[in-house]
Amino acid sequence: MPPETMPHQTLSEKSFLEDTAKALKDPQLRRNFKRAMSGLVAKRRNVFPNASEFEGLREQASAVRRKTLSRLPELLELLEFNCERNGIRVHWAETTEEANRIVLDIANEAEVRLAVKGKSMVSEEMGLNAFLEEHGIEAIESDLGEYIIQVDKELPSHIIMPAIHKNLEEISKLFQEKVDSNSTSETAEEMTATARKILRKKFHDADMGLSGVNFAVAETGTLCLVENEGNGRFCTTLPKIHVALMGIEKVVESLQDLPPLLTTLTGSATGQPITTYFNMISGPRREGEKDGPHEVHLVLLDNGRSKMYEDELLRETLLCIRCGACMNHCPVYTRIGGHAYNTVYPGPIGKILTPQIKGIENAGYLANASSLCGACVEVCPVQIPITEILLRLRHNWTRQNKKRHWTDKNRLELLIWNGWKQVFSKPGLYRIQAGLLGRLGNLLPKQTPILSRWAHFRSLPRFSKKSLHRLVEEEGIDHE
Amino acid sequence: MKRPRSNQEKPEAIYYYGTCLADLLYSEAGMAGIRLLQGEGVRVIFPRHQTCCGQPAFNSGFQDEAREVAEQQIKQFPKNIPIVVPSGSCGAMMTRHYQGLFEGLPLHEEAQAFSDRIFELSEFLVNVLKIKLADLGAPVKVTWHSSCHAKREFGLGDEAKQLLRQLKNVELVELEREDECCGFGGTFSVKHSEISGEMVLDKTRDVLQTGADFLLSTDCGCLMNINGALENQGSRVQVEHFASFLWNRTHAS
Repeated sequence: MPPETMPHQTLSEKSFLEDTAKALKDPQLRRNFKRAMSGLVAKRRNVFPNASEFEGLREQASAVRRKTLSRLPELLELLEFNCERNGIRVHWAETTEEANRIVLDIANEAEVRLAVKGKSMVSEEMGLNAFLEEHGIEAIESDLGEYIIQVDKELPSHIIMPAIHKNLEEISKLFQEKVDSNSTSETAEEMTATARKILRKKFHDADMGLSGVNFAVAETGTLCLVENEGNGRFCTTLPKIHVALMGIEKVVESLQDLPPLLTTLTGSATGQPITTYFNMISGPRREGEKDGPHEVHLVLLDNGRSKMYEDELLRETLLCIRCGACMNHCPVYTRIGGHAYNTVYPGPIGKILTPQIKGIENAGYLANASSLCGACVEVCPVQIPITEILLRLRHNWTRQNKKRHWTDKNRLELLIWNGWKQVFSKPGLYRIQAGLLGRLGNLLPKQTPILSRWAHFRSLPRFSKKSLHRLVEEEGIDHE
Repeated sequence: MKRPRSNQEKPEAIYYYGTCLADLLYSEAGMAGIRLLQGEGVRVIFPRHQTCCGQPAFNSGFQDEAREVAEQQIKQFPKNIPIVVPSGSCGAMMTRHYQGLFEGLPLHEEAQAFSDRIFELSEFLVNVLKIKLADLGAPVKVTWHSSCHAKREFGLGDEAKQLLRQLKNVELVELEREDECCGFGGTFSVKHSEISGEMVLDKTRDVLQTGADFLLSTDCGCLMNINGALENQGSRVQVEHFASFLWNRTHAS
């Protein structure tokens, strides 16, 4: 895949609004998402049928994550110490550029031409595939969903199920066009078999395996990988070099911390009581061992996380274990799908992560794309107060806009809220306004700016002839 | 926050916080709430200088503007008596966000005390006043939309449904995806009007599916949104605040 054909993401409110409108008008996409998300919601409900039991479970999971975050710097040092003791080389990267460079240096040192990849959202943050391509290294995705979208030159539309926007027929057509023109692959089993055959050879030929990390245990220097397809195990055992990519927040203190996180992770993500593969990587091949990589590297990526860590509320963004339940339950995500966001992380978690990673001035608009319904908060296995964080980001965005130059659109909004404040903080003015609205409010035409956006789907609200203030006055309700 | 709160003795008097949407758009519902409370022998005080809890600006990112308006509200309710609000969403704003809004400011303590005295109307009628309703109306089918803020932010239970179940001629049909957002979300409905519009269309489909004559809820924002979409489709489903519905059913006009 030549680099110029790699998809890239544009962060702008304009393109977000355009892509949203486009997605809403795509009936196939709407059906694909609705079906997939309803299925996932039902599966999750089956594995956590009892609300109070789930509350107990997530209390535990959240407590583990909170405890970890409270000691993050210290645990990261402990992780580094124990990984190195196990023979895992630890690299620190403050930016995605640094992380990419670290991976490239490791690859160049060993003259790597082909790398196989297990699923890693951190690698998506880094844009690693495109970067390696630019430097003449082929990186093949081996997670089936990731493989599908890589073949179609797309980016993930969901953090757990990257190809969830496609249905079976679309994937079948893609396979026939791009993977194997002789293939008559139609069923999921047939297509999996085709991909498997191709990937087997890649696993065999690859000089480097790349993977993500779900949890890293500081006390033992163990990298834990949760997966369902076995491709992760291949990536981390077959090639002679394994490079694991991890956000700095993914550390836990001890092995005992894992059970509540694993249960809530798989249950929340796919409704599985347990994962199919759970890999614990504690170092490279040791003397006398017959398999395993000769080198294991761990790249710890910051990319804005330390900045989030500084603020007590924003820090809670780092509790995330990347289960995707927030997007599965989000009324916005389930209607527009993941691509419309144009971000690595879509859905509720993306709306709080992206403005913090990319800067509020570049991505603050994403925080507005929420009705603040809180469905995500209700299902989050580690109790991230997503709506609180969205509000904070909205407040920060406004504060920053007030200090800088306002765009025309923003200036209009400031004017509106300033006017609102003047009226609603002065009971006399408020009374005059209420009287005016009662008499004239219902005469406003549907075409009135701003109102027209409401009126596209709805009739206009009708103002009461007599306000409640007037009614209580007439009825002689006590005023003190 | 864990609700409901039932440890409260029946008070002699309460404050009523009408909310701006009830004031301007659903004043009969606001008045019905007052009458239901008075009917239980409680003296209702309606401070005349109340306006809006500040939520519209607060949720839009305009914290300073919201604070000025909120400050004006807190001052109107000085007595240590419950403040009853016919809205879970405004209730959530005042219980969940006022403390943060006034953090480190002179009004902080007062804001905290104000928050602690907030009750949503249905929880107050059921848990504190233990109201008993006698239905006088003809048989009807109703369905219920639970507002996101009432349920998830304020922590309101099914008190309003309990009240509806007291009415012998009212059949309560459960709404599919009852707790899915209707798409209102304040300025979200104009900032992201297309997403919001699709959400409310889906909501109306579920409402029509029930075959109900009435769609009831506790929040005027949701009512305005769902009603607008139903009206736009020419539907005859009546969208009403539960307070006016209850009052009309239990009192001969």
